[in-house]
Amino acid sequence: MIIDLPRFIANGRPFWQELEGFLARLESEPVSNLTIDEVKRFHFLYERCASDLTRLAANAEPETRAYLETLVARAYGEIHETRSSRTRLHPFRWFFHTLPQTFRKHLRAFGLALAITMVGVIFGAMALAFDPDAKQIITPFPHLLGDPAERVAREESAANDRLADAKTSFSAHLMTHNTKVSILALALGMSWGVGTIILLFYNGIILGAVAFDYVRAGQTEFLLGWLMPHGVIEIPAILIAGQAGLVLAGALIGWGNREPLGARLRAVGTDLMTLIFGVAILLIWAGFVEAFLSQYHAPVFPYWAKIGLGTVELALLALFLFKSGSTAAKS
Amino acid sequence: MTSRVLKIRTPEGVVFSQILAGPVVRFVAWFADVLVISAVMGLLGFLIGLFGLISMDVATAVYLLMYFVVSIGYSLAFEWFWRGQTLGKRFFRLRVVDAEGLKLQFHQVVVRNLLRFIDTLPLFYAVGGTACWFTRKFQRLGDIAANTIVIRIPKIPEPDIEQLVAGRFNSLRQFPHLEARLRQNVEASDAALALQALLRREDFDPAARVSLFADLARHFQSKVAFPTEATDGISDEQYVRNVVDILFRTRG
Repeated sequence: MIIDLPRFIANGRPFWQELEGFLARLESEPVSNLTIDEVKRFHFLYERCASDLTRLAANAEPETRAYLETLVARAYGEIHETRSSRTRLHPFRWFFHTLPQTFRKHLRAFGLALAITMVGVIFGAMALAFDPDAKQIITPFPHLLGDPAERVAREESAANDRLADAKTSFSAHLMTHNTKVSILALALGMSWGVGTIILLFYNGIILGAVAFDYVRAGQTEFLLGWLMPHGVIEIPAILIAGQAGLVLAGALIGWGNREPLGARLRAVGTDLMTLIFGVAILLIWAGFVEAFLSQYHAPVFPYWAKIGLGTVELALLALFLFKSGSTAAKS
Repeated sequence: MTSRVLKIRTPEGVVFSQILAGPVVRFVAWFADVLVISAVMGLLGFLIGLFGLISMDVATAVYLLMYFVVSIGYSLAFEWFWRGQTLGKRFFRLRVVDAEGLKLQFHQVVVRNLLRFIDTLPLFYAVGGTACWFTRKFQRLGDIAANTIVIRIPKIPEPDIEQLVAGRFNSLRQFPHLEARLRQNVEASDAALALQALLRREDFDPAARVSLFADLARHFQSKVAFPTEATDGISDEQYVRNVVDILFRTRG
């Protein structure tokens, strides 16, 4: 059917322009609410515009058709979106409810991340136990390649603060570096989880090798005092990032889930965001502690105090992750 | 590479399409964004450097944190507040949208931007670019994870049909029965072709323009033969203009 195009445009234009006005308002103010009458009018205009689009044959008039398609596409997104667009920030609620609830929702993925890391820890420790020379290959940090006892003696007798005038920048470096590694652990979930597993396993190997090296040298107290204040936050943070990567991989693979790929990925999107933002917050704290406390040993900070602080942090973190927001979830 | 189109069918049965942006134009837009980020960081580096006169430690820390925040937050903030566009994307008329035509959600913006970490590996978006080439919807890994696509938004001028067909004497309208037959015999696609030829007539080379309208006039004459008194003395282009007037404007 060839329609009377000038008349078609003249009749439709007022409605199209009104719909454009609605869309401009909704797009510029994402949190604005329409009244019931406005919603009805908006819906009518969308249907009117969609109807005009169907009246135009596919090849009848490309410009007008493209214009109408753009309008219908924009309105379609607004009308048919059923997901909540919670753009108002509630940081307190998000931190104390949403984050721990999301963590618990994907507890199996966290358990898997922990198990992979622990296998890495055992592998790293065994590698050093059977082949002490493996330390040169496994440990990526030059200051950890020497004898642990010598390092402990050197640091405990240090007269000068080696981080003087560098603590803040060291802290910033730790925060950004660890956050990048965490984001990578999440992103590698797109390799069907293989990359995430390798990264977690490798982290475990380093941790196991370093821990075994210090324990074998009789420096367990130093090791705990050095690692615990920041490690009890940093290591779980990396594990949560790995958890997010495994959740992403799970959605990608879709075992036991018959929904299409897009729907599966859509379902975990908010959780991935929540987990990685939570990881970033944990790493900010860990970065501060590592730069300002962990690098100072007895006699500056007694080991019992550092180990005690680490234990309290770990208990609080566990309490937060496993209990926070559980009442709200039940109600 | 020819442009691909993603067709979306609404529950009401209406079909609309989105023009997908290819890897090359997306890379160019990204490069423009990199230039913007570099400029911002250069300026911040200068300002923070001044602060370094007081404390180099704090200045270095602020620079490290700012670099991290700007490099990640730039795309994230722009794509959220500009509804799927960064400066580079806006310049090249690109937009990130939901792959199913729905409203872009904040978590989609976050996920697609965080997954740049593997899309950029090992260099210059090699992983993301390769994924883009081989996926049906030109999606990099971040787009797949976030269920988003990047579309092109061409400038759509509203056709000024009135200036083509109104206010001129149409000799073909003297023969209403032939006019009716013409409406009956001409396909919608042929009518659209003629209309487009008229709308874009100034874009053609003079020789091509003469040739095109000669072909079109001959085609329409083969559909319905008007008497010579209706066609004498008018050019092929005017003949096509009269045909379009008949096809697209009803009398009254």
